[in-house]
Amino acid sequence: MNSPLEMTAMNAIITVNNLHKSYAGQRVVDDISLTIQRGECYGLLGPNGAGKSTTLRLLLGLTAPDGGTVSLLGHNVPGHAREARVRIGVVPQMDTLDPDFTVAENLLVYGRYFNIPDAEIKRRIPGLLEFASLSSKKDAMVPTLSGGMKRRLSLARALVNDPDVIFLDEPTTGLDPQARHLIWQRLRELTSQGKTMVLTTHFMEEAERLCHRLGILDHGRMIAQDTPQDMIRNHIEPQVVEVFGDNVEAWAAEYAQKFSQRHEVSGETAFCYVRDAQPLLEHLHGHAELRYMHRPANLEDVFIKLTGREMRD
Amino acid sequence: MNASFFALPELTLRFWPIWRRHLFVWWKVAIPSILGHLADPLIYMLGLGFGLGKIIPEMGGTSYLLFLAGGTLCYSTMNSASFEALYSGFSRMFHQRTWDAILNTPMTLDDIVLSEVLWGATKSLMSGLAVLLVIWLLGMAHTWLALWTIPLALLIGLCFAAVGLIMTALAPSYDFFMYYFTLVITPMMMLSGVFFPVEQLPAALQLVSAVLPLTHAIDLVRPLLIGDVPNEIVLHLMVLVAYTVLGFYISLVLFRHRLAK
Repeated sequence: MNSPLEMTAMNAIITVNNLHKSYAGQRVVDDISLTIQRGECYGLLGPNGAGKSTTLRLLLGLTAPDGGTVSLLGHNVPGHAREARVRIGVVPQMDTLDPDFTVAENLLVYGRYFNIPDAEIKRRIPGLLEFASLSSKKDAMVPTLSGGMKRRLSLARALVNDPDVIFLDEPTTGLDPQARHLIWQRLRELTSQGKTMVLTTHFMEEAERLCHRLGILDHGRMIAQDTPQDMIRNHIEPQVVEVFGDNVEAWAAEYAQKFSQRHEVSGETAFCYVRDAQPLLEHLHGHAELRYMHRPANLEDVFIKLTGREMRD
Repeated sequence: MNASFFALPELTLRFWPIWRRHLFVWWKVAIPSILGHLADPLIYMLGLGFGLGKIIPEMGGTSYLLFLAGGTLCYSTMNSASFEALYSGFSRMFHQRTWDAILNTPMTLDDIVLSEVLWGATKSLMSGLAVLLVIWLLGMAHTWLALWTIPLALLIGLCFAAVGLIMTALAPSYDFFMYYFTLVITPMMMLSGVFFPVEQLPAALQLVSAVLPLTHAIDLVRPLLIGDVPNEIVLHLMVLVAYTVLGFYISLVLFRHRLAK
């Protein structure tokens, strides 16, 4: 029987220690360490420019770090990233499909980059297309596909080598809710098949639904790492009452502090974070001019608390 | 620049599936592409050759049409590789993000750049074959030596694809390539003896001409089409190889720098 520590070391698929990367003097990745276990779905959250995509590029060995180490499937990255990428699938943020090819041809041509024989790729294509709900689009040219179809084709393409680890950079950004839910469903299937996944996102719902564990990045630093449930439990009061109306600022100045553990006013809304909402709700019944919404705290509340409300561009 | 950008290229057969990809794309537009390869030299040689040929019965010891054939073969192969490396290469690197997709697989930038050079040379080979066909159709093929221009078309292609990729690595957008074509390629056509012998140029320009790769390509190709063995074969080949090797290495270093961002 192995000790828990040894088990952890054995099952670690990705180990990152003290990773640093600067561009033009600006620290984009600042001392990031993380470990991802076999079968885990790990989400990297962060505002725009927090260093999510750069972290992914460093993990894949597409750019060299200024300091720190990355081990991916037992290979040192970037030195042996090429060997590691044999067992990896990547769904990039931007569409990188070949517009000159049909759906099936995209899979065939991509499989060849992994040195898979044509006959084997062609044997895999029907299954991949079915998984991506693209069987009827087999011979369609890429430019005729919708955004959701293109993203699903990117996902199918990332699976052509039956990878152990799948990297997804903002897999549902720019998709409508229907397309997003279909992607989520497919990603959950992959998790239940035991695939390890690393994804970046700024959709909290996506992170909460899909990820076993999360890391929140801000200004290139890892500011929190936990399961989605513990992230909420450990970082924030369990309930939120959002109060809105014309005179909410005046109301908040007078009462918010009294009824909540923590509060913030943003625009015309006061966010009151509370352990027990009852006294606040009773108080609000006496203020007809104010409307409110009472809900459990979610990951977005944690995210806003940790990274602030100001815009990032 | 990071020291690792200057590492020597790793040349392996991994380029093969990438080259096949480019061929597969070409196959879809093969008919207009072949027509272009044929029409361009045909128009030049018919237009200039028959037009000027009436006035200039002889140039460089041969008919003007045959003189022009050597120049046409070289500039056609040069153009094919240059367009492929600049416009199509930039499209694959920047616009279509084909390179990004490939870099997520067990391929390296070295494999991609090698495939670009070899594909550019492949287009030159097609172009060279098309010009040879035109020469044969016009009834000017009368020497087996002319077949040596086939491997030469490949080498000229390697040379101009490799040099052109330097531009691709530096380009912020397609517009940038206008500089290369108007300031490098077009003057080179005038200085390298495509339309008239280099000896017609002033002495200073002849010196410039002597270092241009197209001059050396023409010095090899033109005699072969006429039926003579070229002079100073080794020198001409070495110049073309040197441009190829340097172009490939410089562009690779620049691509490594550019794509590390």
